[in-house]
Amino acid sequence: MSAVTASATHAGPLRVLLQNRVVTLSIVVLGIFAIAAIFAPYLTPYQPNGLSMRERLLPPSSEHWAGTDELGRDIFTRLIYAGRVSLAVGLGVAALASVFGVVLGILAGFFSRLDPAISRLLDAMMAFPDVLLAIALLAAFGGSLLNLIIALAIVFTPRIARVVRASSLVVRELTYVEAARALGVSTPRILFHHVFRNITSPIIVQATFIFAAAMLSEAGLSFLGIGIDPSMPTWGVMISAGRQYIDTAGWLILFPGLAITICVVALQLTGDGLRDALDPRIRKSI
Amino acid sequence: MVSYLRTRLLGMVLTVLIVLVFVFFIARLAPGDPAELLLGPDASAADAEALRERMGLNLPVPVQFLSFLGQLLRGDLGTSIFYRQPVLEVMAARAEPTILLTLMSLAIAVTIALPIGIYGAYRRGGAFDQGAVAVAMLAAALPNFWVGLLLQKYLGTDLGWFPVSGYGNPDASIWERVQHLVLPSIALGFAQSAIILRFSRASMLDVLGDDYIRTARSKGISERRVVLRHALRNALIPIVTVIGLSFALLISGAVITERVFNLPGVGSLIVGAVLRRDYPLIQAALIVVAALYILVNFLIDMIYLAIDPRVKY
Amino acid sequence: MHTSSPPLAPPTLEVTALQTSFIYKRFSVKAVRDVSLRLERGKTLALVGESGSGKSVAALSLMGLLPPAGRIVGGQAVYRQADGTTHDLARLQRRQMRRLSGPDLAMIFQEPMTSLNPLLTVGDQIVEMLLTHERLSREAARKRTLDILRLVEIPAAERRIDDYPHQMSGGMRQRIVIAMALVCNPALLIADEPTTALDVTIQAQILDLMRRLQAELGMSILFITHDLGVVAEIAHQVAVMYAGEVVEQAEVGQLFSSPAHPYTQGLLSSIPHAMRKNPEEGRRARLNPIPGSVPPIHALPEGCTFRPRCPHSEQRCTLPVTLETAGPGHRTRCWKWEAVQWSTRH
Repeated sequence: MSAVTASATHAGPLRVLLQNRVVTLSIVVLGIFAIAAIFAPYLTPYQPNGLSMRERLLPPSSEHWAGTDELGRDIFTRLIYAGRVSLAVGLGVAALASVFGVVLGILAGFFSRLDPAISRLLDAMMAFPDVLLAIALLAAFGGSLLNLIIALAIVFTPRIARVVRASSLVVRELTYVEAARALGVSTPRILFHHVFRNITSPIIVQATFIFAAAMLSEAGLSFLGIGIDPSMPTWGVMISAGRQYIDTAGWLILFPGLAITICVVALQLTGDGLRDALDPRIRKSI
Repeated sequence: MVSYLRTRLLGMVLTVLIVLVFVFFIARLAPGDPAELLLGPDASAADAEALRERMGLNLPVPVQFLSFLGQLLRGDLGTSIFYRQPVLEVMAARAEPTILLTLMSLAIAVTIALPIGIYGAYRRGGAFDQGAVAVAMLAAALPNFWVGLLLQKYLGTDLGWFPVSGYGNPDASIWERVQHLVLPSIALGFAQSAIILRFSRASMLDVLGDDYIRTARSKGISERRVVLRHALRNALIPIVTVIGLSFALLISGAVITERVFNLPGVGSLIVGAVLRRDYPLIQAALIVVAALYILVNFLIDMIYLAIDPRVKY
Repeated sequence: MHTSSPPLAPPTLEVTALQTSFIYKRFSVKAVRDVSLRLERGKTLALVGESGSGKSVAALSLMGLLPPAGRIVGGQAVYRQADGTTHDLARLQRRQMRRLSGPDLAMIFQEPMTSLNPLLTVGDQIVEMLLTHERLSREAARKRTLDILRLVEIPAAERRIDDYPHQMSGGMRQRIVIAMALVCNPALLIADEPTTALDVTIQAQILDLMRRLQAELGMSILFITHDLGVVAEIAHQVAVMYAGEVVEQAEVGQLFSSPAHPYTQGLLSSIPHAMRKNPEEGRRARLNPIPGSVPPIHALPEGCTFRPRCPHSEQRCTLPVTLETAGPGHRTRCWKWEAVQWSTRH
């Protein structure tokens, strides 16, 4: 049967990525969230913890775009500040899990003597449900923003480590790596030059998905009251605190819920787009 | 077959052992002294020291680990600090809502997601398919406690169709208890359905492109038969795997969902244990859940034996 | 071996100017641009071409088995039943196609390793074919299945009938596929490279089997292959495809002795001369002997598609070419066919 190669084959990954309108939109959305988080103080006249007893539980208006909460705090302002924490957690977890995962994955993939032990460890870690493992680790470490990030990073490490291990197993067998070894190139050099360059794409894709999953987990843990100090606004904390007003002031939980959902959808779509753009096999088959 | 089982079981035992080491050290990392925690703030230093001695906390760590293993083998997972009862008893008393919740939400997820995923794959790229994929993406992105809260408000409080929270009176009938689980199961099943939908769709797409499907069509049998007899059975094999792997996700979701709906299940128990620093209980819960996960995935391998004639262990 | 006799009965299959395209969102591909074929009752027509020439797509078009993007966009394919009823396979409704698939038309596929359902026993897969088209009890169907398994020479058929495909070798599986195709006594069998995936000894056995079954059951066979050695062994008529078109059709002896298209000529000249006397030798020679390669289907040259690779090409070849008659039942898509035939003889 005859197939025709699409023009996409010749374009670079970035071009392919941006050809997809849904992905472009997702990246724009994420950009808006990031800008809002970075420039939070300049985007709103209110303070995230500015109490105002006269303005309690006001519905959305031109003055308070997303209404106010039970203490008269501006919800839009709190959403922006909460976004800082939620995005920082997602980003921190994705970065840290990538570091852990790459180290474990390369060790397992490149040093066959370590492989059984590391693989078993990863299997064992996968046997724990995400949230359960995270709360157990937090129970052991004690709750704080940093510990939350570390705990979630440990939880998501196997996802990266497995991908890296599989890729480095493949790379190890490639002729040019064997040739480099035969020429006496040192192992760390091989690791850096050949292996690492070959596994960056799958890591970026996985890290995007972990970013999304970590944000959801953070929200869940904050809802349970585990990990983050409830006085620090995150989207999960806002929903948790707003739940008792669900019948009278639904906007208290509506907006933070939407913020999480939009952010996670955008991350997932970006991850899908990245995978398609970075994986040449998929690109060739159109 | 026998030799396969032997390696498989050996692998399982190894994984369980690593799980145990892991759990043992997590508990060691915890701040605070278990003996003092167990006795409460009013106990004297001498009492605490005596208890530490009795619990073996003064022994070297490897010895402690071995005695921990020995206790496990005798079925003793420790005593809850808060409930002052063996942890297994505490957990068993709370098991029913959790088991029913996970089973009901799995049932809901499978009944919704499997047919939609399969039909979507069959009509690939059509409006139905694209809609289904979009909904699945959304379902995976919605925080499930948020969905739970919204269900509580709209289907529970506003429409009054189902009980909003709790598990009924202690003497409630099983029917009443199941009613209390409807909303939690929908909330949890919704999140679960996203994964099952994506995988059943992908798996079906894969299979529909296979050569034997074309052979089946060339026989002049009905499309229904091509899809149900030839494609579906082949597509089910990877789907079953995913259902097994998603067991962990189901438990994670159950922990949160139980809190939303105030269900007295194992999930709430664990969260309570964390908030109260009841380490023996946390430790036991981790072990039980991980062991269940390993067991479920072993059972799934056994299911392969039944549905795939190529698999001969 | 084969004598050219004027056709007495109307042909089983007559394909005229068939066109099949793959239509995607942003572009479409014409995989089959102009295929005309004539297959006599009880005879074998070989459809020969390199991969990418569109021969498999043409076969799938006839069976209504095109993948979702594939569509027949022109031409007709008239299938004539024994009682004279005709059906245009290019315009058949799915339901009508299903009724014909099995008792009238059947297909054998290239990949014996993957064309059987791995989860059903081979017996079940054949029984299913029977039960779909004939009013039979399960036992009767199983008995018929055993008969057909013996006919295709499956040893210990009573035992193998309950085997799963993975328990069989490639050659055995291809016999199963053949048995399945033949169990409802089709009048027309389409075989898409049925021996390509098999090794040479098995290949010979399968070809023998097909020849014998044709003699016994009297069906017409459309045999798709890229292997001229196989053609010499099994075909009565040959049609050569290039870039989506049939460029030459002739009776097999005629085609081998005096090809009237430079592409056919090139194919033949690449095969060791001894082949015509000793087919075993020639079978090992693969096509792709001509300098250059088949042009990508979205960048076909104007006029004759073979022009860029043709030793005989000249200015006039950029104009559209039509089918010329080069002898009784011998058609070619080359206006210089006389020069081509002459060059073969000298």
